[in-house]
Amino acid sequence: MNADALRAEEIVKRFGPLTALAGVSMHVKSGEILGILGDNGAGKSTLMKILTGFQPQTSGRLFVFGDEVELRSVDHARALGIECVYQDLALVNGLSVYHNMFLNRERLRRFPPRMLNNGSMRHRAREVLDDIGVNIPSVDVEVERLSGGQRQAIAVARAVSSDARILLLDEPLAAMGARESALIIDLILRLKARGNLSIIMIMHNYAQTLDIADRIMLMQRGTVTYEKAAGETSVPELMEIVRREYRALRSA
Amino acid sequence: MSSATGSGAAGGPSRVGSAVDAFLRIREASIVVVAILLVIYFQSVNENFLSKANLETLSQFIAASAIIACGEIMLLICGEIDLSVGQVFALAPFIMHFANTAGVPLVLAIILALLACALIGLLNGLITVMLSVPSFVTTLGTLFLINGFTLTISHGSPVQTGGSEAFADVMGAWGYSEILWAFLIVAIMHTALRQTRWGLHTIATGGNLTGAAEAGIHVNRIKVGNFVLTSVLGGFTGILEAFRIGSTDPLAGGTNIMFLAVAAGVIGGTPLAGGSGTIVGGLIGAIVLGVLRDGFTLQGINAFTFDMIIGAAILVAMVSNIHLGRLRGAGARR
Repeated sequence: MNADALRAEEIVKRFGPLTALAGVSMHVKSGEILGILGDNGAGKSTLMKILTGFQPQTSGRLFVFGDEVELRSVDHARALGIECVYQDLALVNGLSVYHNMFLNRERLRRFPPRMLNNGSMRHRAREVLDDIGVNIPSVDVEVERLSGGQRQAIAVARAVSSDARILLLDEPLAAMGARESALIIDLILRLKARGNLSIIMIMHNYAQTLDIADRIMLMQRGTVTYEKAAGETSVPELMEIVRREYRALRSA
Repeated sequence: MSSATGSGAAGGPSRVGSAVDAFLRIREASIVVVAILLVIYFQSVNENFLSKANLETLSQFIAASAIIACGEIMLLICGEIDLSVGQVFALAPFIMHFANTAGVPLVLAIILALLACALIGLLNGLITVMLSVPSFVTTLGTLFLINGFTLTISHGSPVQTGGSEAFADVMGAWGYSEILWAFLIVAIMHTALRQTRWGLHTIATGGNLTGAAEAGIHVNRIKVGNFVLTSVLGGFTGILEAFRIGSTDPLAGGTNIMFLAVAAGVIGGTPLAGGSGTIVGGLIGAIVLGVLRDGFTLQGINAFTFDMIIGAAILVAMVSNIHLGRLRGAGARR
């Protein structure tokens, strides 16, 4: 009964002679948090870019809520309810919080036509931030004045401010202190509690991933090598798998 | 820009202090002060500075660089520059002239000339974004290319600008028509930058190219569009000047007007780094440069000195911009 929100089958991505993804199959259920772990170069970011319509796959099929789709662009993926927060956050430093939250889907006035409706965007930005419990002094401040955690929260708020049903987070806790991480973890869990949002996170920290995610997936050299419910595995088990690969590479 | 309205630097909170603070936080503030001080200075050393006749001359010093600055500022904001705009300035009135003498009505000839300018802008933009050539290099190439082309089709000699007197008056011949065009274009471009998606996306493209692309903004389209805009504005200014002077000179404009426009933008508070900028600042920058040139001309100081002063003005403006920017940042965080 619970159809997959997003499903990928045998995704292959090649860049010239380099194979970044060698047939990756994965899925995320409605309301589920999937954590993707793996070393640099394992293909996590490439997978993410395909799922967001930023790049097309070389081969393989994608299904969104059961329907097969060919993602043509970021806009197309967005229209299907897929939103992404990239590691660089895609925020523009010189712009205000509310302009960033509405970047490329600005609200326009009916009159004079084609003019930005800043009042409406400001108001809605405030609403969204209050709704998901993000605390910043003003939506008028330029994002360069915010802390790393606040910036991450703004990027997440932007992603869910539209009708996102599938949220992709690329290293949401990267380069963040303990207190900032806690802030973002709380935010992710609050979003999950709303029930209808599926979240796919690329992560580095095993302990944090097992804490937040419902299910984890390990990627190594362009393939999925391990997948389990978060409750059925442990940090030592995951580390053992990675250690095995690392030893094999060293002795080879 | 937080709710805290910092206190005067000298000590306890005061209304004057916070008013000064608020003023300093406006990006264009420092350059406005400079412009006012210069006007006061030149008026005090020469009472003819603010005379009717000189204001007209002054307005003409300002207009051309102010209009072209609008285009250059948009390009600087999205992380590019157009060095060839001064040559487009010279080419446009010749295209108008040749189309007109071939029997095309003048208004249509102007539109034709502007379309040709748009095409050059398109070329600049496409070479830059499609072939990944830095715009500095692209437009350095087209600079020579267009210059040679203009000299070839004109055989290197000037021609008379045609048109009825009334039409010529509207298009720049009447003393204040050029500055009115400049004000109109500045108003439109200021609105475009601050109140439209185009402006916002131009800032986003220069501020975070990858991020803007990830947000689905067509960054290449933004850049190419601003190249087209700059070329068209450059060509239009060339046509205005041709009508004002009454003759069309193949050596008009050139790198001189281009550098003046870029300098106006930079002095006005648009950094070369991209991601931010101000059209109104560009106008004020053009006013400062115009006042300097006109003021020194009245005083009988020669052109060489003027260049030295412009050079120093650009340096002072950049340093104070960076410095005041830091002060603004400190004020906002308090």
